[in-house]
Amino acid sequence: MYYNVFGEKVSRRRFKEMCDAAKNRRELIAAGLTSRRDLLRMGLLTAGGMLVAKSGLSARAQITTVKPPSGAGTNSPGTNQNCIPGNQLGSPQTTPFINPLNIVPVARSVSSLSPAPTLDPNTAAGEVRAAAFQAPQIDPHRFPVVPGRLYQFNQRQFSHNFNPHDPLGTLGNQTVWGFDDNSGRGTQSPGYVYQAHYGVPQLTRNINSLPATNQVNNTGFGMPQVSTHLHNAHTPSESDGNPCDFYPSGKFCDQYYPNVLAGFNSTNQPNGDINESLSTLWYHDHRVDFTSQNTYKGLAGFYLLFNEFDTGNETTGFRLPSFVPNAPDSMHTFDIPLVFADRVFDASSGQLVFDLFNLDGILGDKFVVNGTIQPFANVGARRYRFRLLNTGPSRFYEFFLTGNIGGSGNPTTNPFWLLATDGNLLPKPIQVTSVRIGPAERVDILIDFSAFPSNSTVYLENRLNQLNGQGPTAVDSGPAPGVFGPQNSSSTECTANGLSANGAILPPNFNNGANLIIKFNVQQPITDNSLPPQQLRFYSLPDTTATPRITRTFKFDRLNGQWSINGQFMDCGYGNGGTGGESTETFRFQVQQNSVEHWLLTNLTGDWTHPVHIHLEEHQILSRNRAPITPGNALSVPTDLGRKDVTQLHPNERVELFFRFRDWLGKYPIHCHNVVHEDHAMMALWHVQPQGDNVLVP
Amino acid sequence: MADVTRRKLLSWTAMAPLAGAAVAGTTGKNTPHQAAPTVSELARQRIQRLHLPNVPLLTHEGKQVMFYDDLVKDKAVSLNFFFTKCDEICPMVMANLANVQKLLGADVGTKIFMYSFTLKPEEDDVEVIRRYRQSLNAKPGWTYLTGKPADMEQIRRGIGFTYPDPAIDKDKTQHIGNVRYGNEPLMLWGACPGMAKVSFVAESISWMYNLDRPGPGIRQP
Repeated sequence: MYYNVFGEKVSRRRFKEMCDAAKNRRELIAAGLTSRRDLLRMGLLTAGGMLVAKSGLSARAQITTVKPPSGAGTNSPGTNQNCIPGNQLGSPQTTPFINPLNIVPVARSVSSLSPAPTLDPNTAAGEVRAAAFQAPQIDPHRFPVVPGRLYQFNQRQFSHNFNPHDPLGTLGNQTVWGFDDNSGRGTQSPGYVYQAHYGVPQLTRNINSLPATNQVNNTGFGMPQVSTHLHNAHTPSESDGNPCDFYPSGKFCDQYYPNVLAGFNSTNQPNGDINESLSTLWYHDHRVDFTSQNTYKGLAGFYLLFNEFDTGNETTGFRLPSFVPNAPDSMHTFDIPLVFADRVFDASSGQLVFDLFNLDGILGDKFVVNGTIQPFANVGARRYRFRLLNTGPSRFYEFFLTGNIGGSGNPTTNPFWLLATDGNLLPKPIQVTSVRIGPAERVDILIDFSAFPSNSTVYLENRLNQLNGQGPTAVDSGPAPGVFGPQNSSSTECTANGLSANGAILPPNFNNGANLIIKFNVQQPITDNSLPPQQLRFYSLPDTTATPRITRTFKFDRLNGQWSINGQFMDCGYGNGGTGGESTETFRFQVQQNSVEHWLLTNLTGDWTHPVHIHLEEHQILSRNRAPITPGNALSVPTDLGRKDVTQLHPNERVELFFRFRDWLGKYPIHCHNVVHEDHAMMALWHVQPQGDNVLVP
Repeated sequence: MADVTRRKLLSWTAMAPLAGAAVAGTTGKNTPHQAAPTVSELARQRIQRLHLPNVPLLTHEGKQVMFYDDLVKDKAVSLNFFFTKCDEICPMVMANLANVQKLLGADVGTKIFMYSFTLKPEEDDVEVIRRYRQSLNAKPGWTYLTGKPADMEQIRRGIGFTYPDPAIDKDKTQHIGNVRYGNEPLMLWGACPGMAKVSFVAESISWMYNLDRPGPGIRQP
């Protein structure tokens, strides 16, 4: 069976025509843009036809000459676009694996906040918040206005070095933004890790202490106005961090995190549905139109949620490897959150740069993990849980565990275990040899280093070939129904640059190891009380058979370079959009509180991939181009099987999602989490009210 | 510009000769006696070099101006492209912008400067864009511009109004319909769809000079 983008059945011949048409277009791109002669002239090709080795898996890896002053006819200015020689900017060389993996410290709470948090926004004291807290109005004893756990986070500008002690000395200190938890440990990016627990409500006072907007005096990007979103949490709307609720320096917002299971005030009273438990969440700035710049500048961090099963202690509950707060290094904690970010630095000044004028998506050629470029980690020969977060802005990764680099024989590809997709543990671990994640997605994985000899090294490697903001290359290669394309088919796009000739999945140790991201040095065994993955069982998947109240359609498109959803663009409107039923025209549709909906996401942008994120509730993927996503279906990739808050919408695809909107009222967005698309209006606001509407195509 | 910004701009005048040096092709980096440019200054020069070419243009009044020096340097601006014979999206975008100008009122020409550039300078000479501007009832502060094709192309590429696919990029009926907005000295740059709601296009552009206003989601109506 073959289907077109509308999910209609088409003949095999028609399907082949569709694929051929896409291929022809890509060949045109290649032919029209790059030639061997151009590349030779620029010194980018060797005599053998191979691309000159540069660091990083990126179009930008083709380091280029710095633009001459404007006015010189032969070198036009421009933004970073794929395959256009002369417009790609490469970072200076750096030395990999000289810095240890940074274990981001755990946030410390404060004993009180002054002034104390109030139910209604305390505007007199400088607070900006859309509405009164909902949770204390539902149950003031369980959710007191001033909960027992309080945090004060000041968002500040500070100086950071992405690769200290690098003998090449190419990168200086950078001016970035981060979070200060007022514990005296300074400002951090990634921000301090929240160690949160179900049943323990908490509140964060997020204070904007960035430079005033009229004194940005910055390194060329970043808008010092913030709205901090807690990504994936079942959060009441006034504390969700809505993109339209940003505030300037000097103001603050109290954000109430009830840490309560979905269904607590609806389907599964009073405690909620245990099968909706969340574990790996993150927070990041969401300022409308400037999210890409502000997260790129450092405003992101982890929020981990524990409960009686996922305890953080390997001797209790599920017995997953222990999370040891504030451990000095990776030899002393066995549950390690990893923030992945790809970045670019100016070739001459060594300063972190951001392409402000790009509409498509931005790729960096330096892989940063927890604030350090290509770190190493000493690990004991035992099991570790790693929580991988891709903060983008636009890159997709496919992670492999590569061994035997530099030894005799070929590099090896080693299995590991997939524990969780986005914030959610799967019913049980799945053994895999790779895992793919798009911007904003997370996966928890389990690696058993006791499978490797002591004193050996093994690498976390990204082998996914991506050349531009469109997405990984293989998705361009004629998708088969239900999956995102054969993984080793080659893309003709940008063939001249040598990367795409290798297909979507590059060979191990490609380009002299430019894509090796973390080097694990396996040490002696350490006591391991965690259970082997084969014995682990987590939560059941929530039932998805309920009849939806409505099925809505969302068409993701591009109209004259303007990213859109159903032909419309992001609009914050002017209303205050609170929870009291105010209906401004800002909201594109109205979801009925405590109802089930199906959402159909349709990709009309051809060969682009959009990681689509929906706030408030998680979803389960019912089908891709009508092929059901079930554990028994061989076409279903493991990361599609769990609960999700971001779903990759692949080229020419239609995805059907199951939602159950519970407990909270108010406004939330749906948007593409390629943050460059998001910032260019591929977002829509909707809201939850006691009564829903019947808008089918919002 | 707003007072706060104007005050800030005074300090920027000190770096003007340095920016000039970058335009001339030297950064002064190799001259030990010259103070090294700050990170901010380097960043601003880099943005100018890569994105804001200082090319000559003609306004709808026939006046010659330089893109960087005269139009964007030290200003808050909006930038977009059109051509007069466009019957696809330009009429919608340009009609939207006419309403944006109405909403922003006296701010246009004082706190923010609106610029629209022709994609087809070979058809759209000074007289053609002057009449087109008149037909849209544009008020002072919204300037229409034409110039040499190569120069217009440099600006288009500079502000990123291009497609990755060159076949589409050549098709002017599919040209980028976004409106770029920015505050040049503060290095704040964003973009919104020209076809978005007028009120939100106006809101977005006003961020470039209403620097201390909270977002619309938490402002009282």
